[in-house]
Amino acid sequence: MNYAVLIPMIVFLLLIFFIGFWSSKKLATSSNFVSDYFLGGRELGGFVLAMTMVATYGSASSFLGGPGTAYTMGFGWVLLAMTQVVTGYFVLMILGKKFAIMARRYKAVTMIDFLKARYDNSKAVVLLSAFSIIIFLFSAMAAQWIGGARLIESLTGLSYNSALFLFAVSVLVYVTIGGFRAVALTDAVQGAVMLIGTAILLVAVIAAGGGIPNIVQDLINENPGLVTPYGADNNLSAAYVSSFWILVGVGVVGLPQIAVRAMSYKNSRSMHRALIIGTLVTGVIMLNMHLIGVFARPILPGIDIGDKVIPLIALDTLPPWLAGIVLAAPLAAIMSTVDSLLLIVSSSIVRDVFLNYIKPEAEIKTIKRISFGVTAALGAGVFLLALDPPDLLIFLNLFAFGGLEAAFIWPVVLGLYWKWGNKYGAIASMITGIGTYIALHFYNQEYGNLLGVHTVTFPVLLSLAAFVAFSLLIGRKAYDYAG
Amino acid sequence: MNGTDWRFKIAHREALIGVGLALFNFIWWFGFAYGMGSGPVEEYTYVFGLPAWFFYSCVVGFLVIAVLVIVIVKFFFVEVPFDEEQEDKR
Repeated sequence: MNYAVLIPMIVFLLLIFFIGFWSSKKLATSSNFVSDYFLGGRELGGFVLAMTMVATYGSASSFLGGPGTAYTMGFGWVLLAMTQVVTGYFVLMILGKKFAIMARRYKAVTMIDFLKARYDNSKAVVLLSAFSIIIFLFSAMAAQWIGGARLIESLTGLSYNSALFLFAVSVLVYVTIGGFRAVALTDAVQGAVMLIGTAILLVAVIAAGGGIPNIVQDLINENPGLVTPYGADNNLSAAYVSSFWILVGVGVVGLPQIAVRAMSYKNSRSMHRALIIGTLVTGVIMLNMHLIGVFARPILPGIDIGDKVIPLIALDTLPPWLAGIVLAAPLAAIMSTVDSLLLIVSSSIVRDVFLNYIKPEAEIKTIKRISFGVTAALGAGVFLLALDPPDLLIFLNLFAFGGLEAAFIWPVVLGLYWKWGNKYGAIASMITGIGTYIALHFYNQEYGNLLGVHTVTFPVLLSLAAFVAFSLLIGRKAYDYAG
Repeated sequence: MNGTDWRFKIAHREALIGVGLALFNFIWWFGFAYGMGSGPVEEYTYVFGLPAWFFYSCVVGFLVIAVLVIVIVKFFFVEVPFDEEQEDKR
């Protein structure tokens, strides 16, 4: 075992735990447990807000899977990854002030609270959205846990199962005790670690490769496709890469774990700061991480599992103690994604299903016990699922994201800005989005991508059509935003 | 509360700015990447060692967007209160 690598990582984990405990103290004195546990009491400042969005979004796919694919595909995949910069400003600008105002007016704590209030307390809307969040984010979580465990495995030499166990315990302990505030605060620390870690690693990799011109020349000598926008095997078409603008760019507006952050900020000023910081940090991290993946290719050729590219290149180009600090970055990314997903899924169960329909008059003590219990039980479930993991981390993850985006983007966005939107439109939109997503996913797997674009494209368009058509055809009534 | 909330006008305008910015971002990104990167590799030019299409599309593109976001937020976004009681009673 490599102690020089491990010690900085352990110090990092301890720091994270400390923040968790500190937040739980604040939680103990809180007068509004649900709002505090699941939303941090709506008082995030600009820096923490930006970082928690970046960290939630920058997951195993951007830190292990993404650079791993860039390693195989070359610059074309970095081009694709840069579509994510748009999330840095788009989500906050689109949901923006209106979402913050409406969420406060509705006293919404989760995205489903918002949907429920906007669509006349429709039980179908609530249950449908809770169900899709639970199913899809659960599988997204599993993908992240696998990434986390693989990372620990390749660093420590522990078996996959023990690595997974270690990871599960670390995540569960502090999500369960600290809630949203702990998650958001540790996200801020983790975001900072990611930013610094990737910068150090990029410099080290460029140095190890003998400068950028040298590395690019090596890539051209191996396969000129690596430096084109079309990928090593010439299989990244412009249409396919562009369709990622929907999947990892503008469509992110519909992701519940991101949207909930857009209702957690303190005031306009924090939102403005978060816009700027979020855009800068997302851009720098995405550019750095994926360039590292490409540049690693001539230095360490022949890595067959994409997820291992980043750990291996860090161990190869950096002194061990620094590699430990740098590799805390992907671990941070994974943990911060997992903990927010865990919290979203458990908030769906506790807040949206249990408190709405099963036992609305539950006492605060019961709510507390159930919130902790559900969060812990979910974690245990994901752990079991991740014990026997599928290989393609990134695609499992994207499957979940695409499905949720197709389901939620229009009920949320049009619910905010289009007064004719109603519950029939929302229900039709969610069913169409998820249904066509799943159907098209299997179609594309069998016959290749329909019209050469990513699966998410058509379901998003179809769910828009369904939302508009059903809102206008059934029970048409203008919504009164002032009411 | 009477008629439309004054804050919504601001919110709607800022959301439209967001859409415009994303469109601009897409055109820049797509134009440089596929406009400059579609030719044969032998004819590529390089900036700081990176292929020119990549440098302009992803590196310069990101910097331009970052500057635009800063300018837009600093000069065009308006601070509004979020809480109801601060501006009106229901």
